[in-house]
Amino acid sequence: MAFGLIKYGLSPRYPGKRFLSRQPELKSSYDVVIIGGGGHGLACAYYLAKNHGVKNVAVLEKGYIGGGNTGRNTAIIRSNYLTPEGVAFYDESVRLFQGLSEDLDFNILYSERGHFTLAHTDAAMRTSRWRAEVNKHLGVNSEVVDREDLKRLVPSLNLSEDVRYPIMGALYHPPGAIARHDAVAWGYAGRAAEMGIEIHQGTEVTGLEIEDGRITGVVTNRGRVACGKAMQAVAGLSGVMANMAGFKLPIKTVPLQACVSMPLKPFLDPIIVSGSLHVYISQSSRGELVMGGSTDPYPRYQTRSTLDFIEGLMAHILELFPFLADVPILRQWAGMTDMTPDFSPVMGETPVKNYYIDSGWGTWGFKATPVCGKRMAETIATGRVPALLQPFRLSRFEEYSLVGEKGAASVGH
Amino acid sequence: MKIINCPLNGPRNAQEFVHGGEFVAMPDPHRSSDAEWSSFVFLENNTAGVVREWWCHVPTAYWFIAERDTIKDEFIRTYDPSEVFRERVEFAKPPAQGS
Repeated sequence: MAFGLIKYGLSPRYPGKRFLSRQPELKSSYDVVIIGGGGHGLACAYYLAKNHGVKNVAVLEKGYIGGGNTGRNTAIIRSNYLTPEGVAFYDESVRLFQGLSEDLDFNILYSERGHFTLAHTDAAMRTSRWRAEVNKHLGVNSEVVDREDLKRLVPSLNLSEDVRYPIMGALYHPPGAIARHDAVAWGYAGRAAEMGIEIHQGTEVTGLEIEDGRITGVVTNRGRVACGKAMQAVAGLSGVMANMAGFKLPIKTVPLQACVSMPLKPFLDPIIVSGSLHVYISQSSRGELVMGGSTDPYPRYQTRSTLDFIEGLMAHILELFPFLADVPILRQWAGMTDMTPDFSPVMGETPVKNYYIDSGWGTWGFKATPVCGKRMAETIATGRVPALLQPFRLSRFEEYSLVGEKGAASVGH
Repeated sequence: MKIINCPLNGPRNAQEFVHGGEFVAMPDPHRSSDAEWSSFVFLENNTAGVVREWWCHVPTAYWFIAERDTIKDEFIRTYDPSEVFRERVEFAKPPAQGS
């Protein structure tokens, strides 16, 4: 058996499929340069080629594709937000995600689990009802459930009232899902490359060339590249890139940590979130519990894991699932998030002409990958910002028309 | 546990402190344009490197200034705001409303 497999593996009749073709030399000029090869940048490149026929595109990635926050999030997909702008935006993303494996001909292990946002206080119950009503009004499936429903739907959840924060009910969002996050980056990268998009890994942008307030090129560690248009999609380094472009952003770079346990037999089908306890937990298809909490208490450009985080998170997780007390943690890591003051992203135009931005993704970026890629591609190709992205423009801050998204991950109400 | 050196209380656990944001001069609230004020309220330098920030030791409600490296996550120096503010910052009276 094993020998047969080795023979099969080495046989020239079954050559291994190269996922990305060999990295080409950088050309001297592209129509569009995308800075950042995470899910968002790669999705944008894919939709530029597929929907708009713009194929003279380079994606420049400092490290390797999907090596940043795309591979560091807890892979939760949902659209049960609070603001109508947010719900409409994330709903389109969920719909795109549902067909993404087929669209990309690549299995992203999309798994619809149902999503519970637990409420431990009257205020949180009120917010749950508010979110449910906004969701239903916009055609998103959400409803408020009580303790009896929870007992039936999540039998492993500790509903005891003898804890610090007893559970009163929850906002139930059946379409809530998880997916394999790095597969999303690989799927988009593979299909984009097939259509002629160049993906350059190990290529760091060190400067921007701006003439008369218009982007004309980027300087990289592999030389200068001219471009007609450019977009930055660099998450935690958004401020550093914006600094090169000469404008400021309403963004702080704050680490967000997460961890996984050793694999267990499947016992937790839905995704469980508690805004008041600052936890979210789901069980991956491999059986590991994927757990995350709130961001670190102060901004840094660093991805160090801390004991403080894991202690604080586990104190709350053990209230929800006391039987996990003896389960070892397998891995812990951090990503650098780009947090905005209103918990909504910053997308669209910038003070520099033809230079677009895709940032402010804080703790809610992965679930927006397809819609953001699609709509930013539309923005770049047509030069017009679609209505869906308008509320998230950078200039909303000087207009004082913020989009206060209290439905963001781990935001207490 | 990270230790922060409070100018008033000496070295204390990081959990006793809150981060108060970048140390930037406040524009005159009555005379700044909407853009200047929103820039002060919302926009961040978000520097990768050495920054100057407000911090507060919560149990004693004591605000101070810290110089910190955001890449190395190291506090370089913490000091009392009196080092910077020698005298009270006064803004001119607001222009008369209405009429």
